[in-house]
Amino acid sequence: MTTIEKTTDEVLKLASTHFKVPREQLRADDDFFKTLGINSLQALDLLTRLEQHFHIELPDYELQGVTDFRTLAERIQSRL
Amino acid sequence: MKTFSGKTLSWKAADGTIELVLDRAPCNEIGSATLGELEHFVSALGSLEKDAHALIISSARSEGFCAGADLRELYRRSQAMPSGERMGAVREFLEKIHRVMNAIDLAPLTTIAAVHGVTFGGGLELALTCDLIVADKMTRFCFPELRLGLIPGFGGIPRLKRDLGNAVVRDLLLTGRSIQASKAQSVGLVSQVTAEGDALRVARTTAAQLNKFDRETATAAKRFIKPLPEADLRREIEIFCDLFTRPAVEAGLRKFVDSTDALPYLP
Repeated sequence: MTTIEKTTDEVLKLASTHFKVPREQLRADDDFFKTLGINSLQALDLLTRLEQHFHIELPDYELQGVTDFRTLAERIQSRL
Repeated sequence: MKTFSGKTLSWKAADGTIELVLDRAPCNEIGSATLGELEHFVSALGSLEKDAHALIISSARSEGFCAGADLRELYRRSQAMPSGERMGAVREFLEKIHRVMNAIDLAPLTTIAAVHGVTFGGGLELALTCDLIVADKMTRFCFPELRLGLIPGFGGIPRLKRDLGNAVVRDLLLTGRSIQASKAQSVGLVSQVTAEGDALRVARTTAAQLNKFDRETATAAKRFIKPLPEADLRREIEIFCDLFTRPAVEAGLRKFVDSTDALPYLP
């Protein structure tokens, strides 16, 4: 069983690798738009990469209002 | 004209393949300039197709294939007109874009949309005119129009209905959600999924394969299997025009125009 902590860590690792931000600079409660410096277009790119990484389908409307990594990980966790 | 380079797109014809490349910042939004050059392309198609067996449509923009209609232009032009003239202008635009889409749909060539990134609204509708869709694995498809109080207006619903099951059409249309390439392939929308940045190469390889077949036979097969959904296309224009004059649409468009976000209709 994947724990929420493990899922959050994988989300942070993926974001760090793809957007080239050192992993140690990312925290679960960070606003990913601000921390990663991304817009909604790039957030969509992140969504696609997360869907592919976790082998899930995550409708973009489930991410409405979601800005921090922890809540993003919770949405993913609910699909695992 | 075997080659053309305009403000929003270019094309070239070589070795039996016509390549039409969209290139208008930020993500190939279709407004009057793109429409004018697409009309130019369609008028040249009759001559180009004599020496061709395939047409590939792709995008030079890194953001994606096409983000759909240029809603900012639509709103600005609409606001600049007396309210009594707005409907006529929208209808005229739709009639023109439908003529372009129908011409590509019916071209006696095998047509391939090589897509990546954002393939939304009118961009998805353009891809749907093609016989095959080859998608980079990072492609996202979406019909976001309901979020603006509209329906797709460039022939999207009738073409999607022609190609896919009604439940899939309802899901895409009524939720307005975006789906990635592998999902699109699983429901039958996409023919091939490629690695990132590889859609055009794969489309070219596919076009080279098509060159081995007798053109007349391929055209006959296409005409047999891919009829134009004419009645539904006409109905779509009527529904779009009926919806367009509602205050909710003007409010939705204004919100879109005022936003500084890259994709304001997404969460």
